[in-house]
Amino acid sequence: MKDLLKTLQGLWSLVVGLKITGVELFKPWLTVHYPRQEVDNLADYRGHIELVPTAEDPRMPRCIMCWKCVDICPSRCISLRMHAIGEGADASDPGLLLAPAMKSPYSAHLTPPPDKIDRVLDSYRLNYSLCSLCGLCVQSCPVDAIRFSRNSYLVGTSRPDFELDLLARLRTPVDASRHPGQRPQA
Amino acid sequence: MIAELTALLAHPLAQMVLALVGIMIFLGVNGLVLLYAERKVAGFIQRRPGPYEVGPHGLLQPFADAGKLISKQLVAPMGADRLLFWLAPVISMAPVVVCFLPIPFSPLLTGMDVNLGLLLILAFSGLNTLALCLAGWGSNNKYSLLGAARAVAQSVAYEIPLLLSVLAVAFQVGSLDLAAIAATQTQGLLSWNVFVQPLAFIIFFISAVAETNRAPFDLPEAESELTAGFHTEYSGMGFGIFFLAEYSYMVVVCAVATALFLGGWDGPLFPGPWWFLGKTFALVFALMWFRWTFPRVRFDQLLNVCWKWLIPLGLANLAATALVVKWVS
Amino acid sequence: MSQDANSRLTGDFYTAQFGPGLSEEGDTLILNMGPQHPATHGVLRVIVELDGEYIRRAEPVLGYIHRMHEKMGEVKSWVQYLPNMGRVDYLHALAWNWAYVGAVEKLMGLTVPPRAEYIRVITCELNRINSHLLWWGAYLLDLGAFTPIVYAFADREHIMDLLQMATGSRLTYCYYRFGGVSADLSDEFLRRTREFVADFRKRLPMYRGLVTDNMILRGRCEEIGVLSPEMARRYGATGPVLRGSGVAYDVRRAEPYSVYDRLEFTVPTGRNGDAMDRYEVRMEEMNQSLRIIEQALEAIPAGAHVSPDLPERFFPPKGEVYFAVEGARGKIGMYLLSDGGPKPYRVKLRAPGFSNLSLFAELAQGTLLADAVSILGSLDLVIPEIDR
Repeated sequence: MKDLLKTLQGLWSLVVGLKITGVELFKPWLTVHYPRQEVDNLADYRGHIELVPTAEDPRMPRCIMCWKCVDICPSRCISLRMHAIGEGADASDPGLLLAPAMKSPYSAHLTPPPDKIDRVLDSYRLNYSLCSLCGLCVQSCPVDAIRFSRNSYLVGTSRPDFELDLLARLRTPVDASRHPGQRPQA
Repeated sequence: MIAELTALLAHPLAQMVLALVGIMIFLGVNGLVLLYAERKVAGFIQRRPGPYEVGPHGLLQPFADAGKLISKQLVAPMGADRLLFWLAPVISMAPVVVCFLPIPFSPLLTGMDVNLGLLLILAFSGLNTLALCLAGWGSNNKYSLLGAARAVAQSVAYEIPLLLSVLAVAFQVGSLDLAAIAATQTQGLLSWNVFVQPLAFIIFFISAVAETNRAPFDLPEAESELTAGFHTEYSGMGFGIFFLAEYSYMVVVCAVATALFLGGWDGPLFPGPWWFLGKTFALVFALMWFRWTFPRVRFDQLLNVCWKWLIPLGLANLAATALVVKWVS
Repeated sequence: MSQDANSRLTGDFYTAQFGPGLSEEGDTLILNMGPQHPATHGVLRVIVELDGEYIRRAEPVLGYIHRMHEKMGEVKSWVQYLPNMGRVDYLHALAWNWAYVGAVEKLMGLTVPPRAEYIRVITCELNRINSHLLWWGAYLLDLGAFTPIVYAFADREHIMDLLQMATGSRLTYCYYRFGGVSADLSDEFLRRTREFVADFRKRLPMYRGLVTDNMILRGRCEEIGVLSPEMARRYGATGPVLRGSGVAYDVRRAEPYSVYDRLEFTVPTGRNGDAMDRYEVRMEEMNQSLRIIEQALEAIPAGAHVSPDLPERFFPPKGEVYFAVEGARGKIGMYLLSDGGPKPYRVKLRAPGFSNLSLFAELAQGTLLADAVSILGSLDLVIPEIDR
């Protein structure tokens, strides 16, 4: 008798299950149907890093070429090339002589950056295939020269597509062909 | 000329051939429609769109799937018994076509007037078991073998409650002819056999789910345990034919359930084949609903349900029906 | 089958070691549930010897996803090793994060500001719910129910959105730092987490109705894989696997860390140690995590999110340290040996899944193949954590 009751209870549980899926059948779908719709929470998305321009010249990065980001990256993704003043650079270039206006909160305890830098950034490349988006580079920069972009729409068809030239990205004018998520932040 | 043609068409053999051709077209279209419906129903239950990109709202998805299956190379695994391997899908599909002949879509639209219609259907759908067996053995693959062993045991076990529930209705009506059984249910809603013999309907439906290897009784193709059971080694059109056969069997058992229990072509207004098809596909929808809701039953529990519950209940129902019929007459 | 007799020629090392069948008549079947299999939760290979449907012997074979995390600990500096921790067990990445930063903080004597402690609690418990939801969906997928996993993933999206707000990532978080966390939580996050807790509480009865009370599921889980407490102790099982057998061992209570001693929550236990008990323990743990998050949201103080007195370079003093946290799968242990240099000398990661998996060979003997799949699912294994 107890078995019969248990069986009937079990059968009722099956009916309850059917009721639940039956109700779910008529609810609207939860899929954000790309590309007709897009997600709305990219403001805090951690895309690949990008160079931050100085306030005075949007084509000049704040980078002081201290190599802290290169050293700390666990996967050695970042590579930069620079040359010293005197090797053909314009000594009156304002970007070289101004001190950075803001220090990173993490570098409060570090030795302060110099007032003057005597180097020019030639290239700053990120190998995104190796990057683990850990944020150690962003954190270790004493002058907040790199930040995470919001580029969630990066697609490529071959490996070189993911070797990003961040200086070129900074200097490319923003145009309508790039999706808002792909453009550098204001 | 015309008189000769009509005389030829009136010949029962010609009618049967026409019916078979019509059924094959119906099954082809049915496969495509059910494929789309299954995926859309699954999608909506899971609160996602289902197929959407191929054609408007994914309506051309079945054609894309069919095209893909047809275009694949027919590969038999090394060491497989080629004859059995390729015979299995054929044996799975061929009897289904015959099973549709006795089904009464409407008083006029019946493939063939067979006074042993039920027996014909049960006999030919039993051949599916043989097909699964051949597929499992012929694949030279341990997973397939396990899947086939499970499938055979399951099918053989569930034939019995299927038969018992159908026999109860046959006793009640006194005939094995599906058209005759459907005709007895045309006097209003309460004359439908589902209200006269609800237990038989439940037993029949559960056995039907088990016979067609649909969830929650889909152990022969248990994807998460056996990687696809008896049809692991089939790709391309071999798989396509098994697939088509499965959907066709689903329609067969639902059509039989409609004819036996749900009043066939009967309906409140304008009785006809549209009611029959509507009820059949409502039952097919119920089968899909079951699939996307319930987890899989374990094998020995499946056989327990059959031997300990369905068969005793079926026998009791049959005995009760026999007594009532004897008493009434 | 003739294949088994030839397995020395055609099989690999493990098949050869597994040997021919146990029975003298040679009518058992050696089946390889290979590394690519829908039910083995990652690249786990299980060689089973089947007698019909019953398992005579089962042997898991590991190593298909060995990524040398412990070796990477020796060649990367202390700070550079942080992103590795999120990848060891990507489903409860923050617990592994916590084990590592907690161990280094213990070694160096760093204090963590109270706001950071509460932030860690909130994010780690959200991650625990995430992990249990995915376990639930995957377990049911193994058992043949195709919809609960999709519902679970829909709920996970909410948590992943919350954690993206806090950390920037959706799965492999690298959020904790030595002495705190890398970024503070916004008020928006706190508000949305409160809403999430309320909404998720309303979802849990639906899971109970759809799945937990379902007769078919109970038939697949009850009295399957009964694990006695002595057997669990013998293998060093921890987490819901141990708690399902009735032993109320939870690292958050046994060796309290951070602010867990100030938070009220119960440690759910089972009675029989079968798969259903482990299932119920994990469902109840989701509930308790919600409780913890609520209390932490109330109690979170204002303040810094990272300790202000961090050294410029991390050179922990010479010595060794062991620190354990409660992960979704069990007790995560982190053993670090420092030689005073810029890189760890030795990192030992104690993965709870490894001990839990070792049970499987003994537990699966004599069961049906379908039950073995159910047992494997109820152990909540993540093979990358086991292989490291």
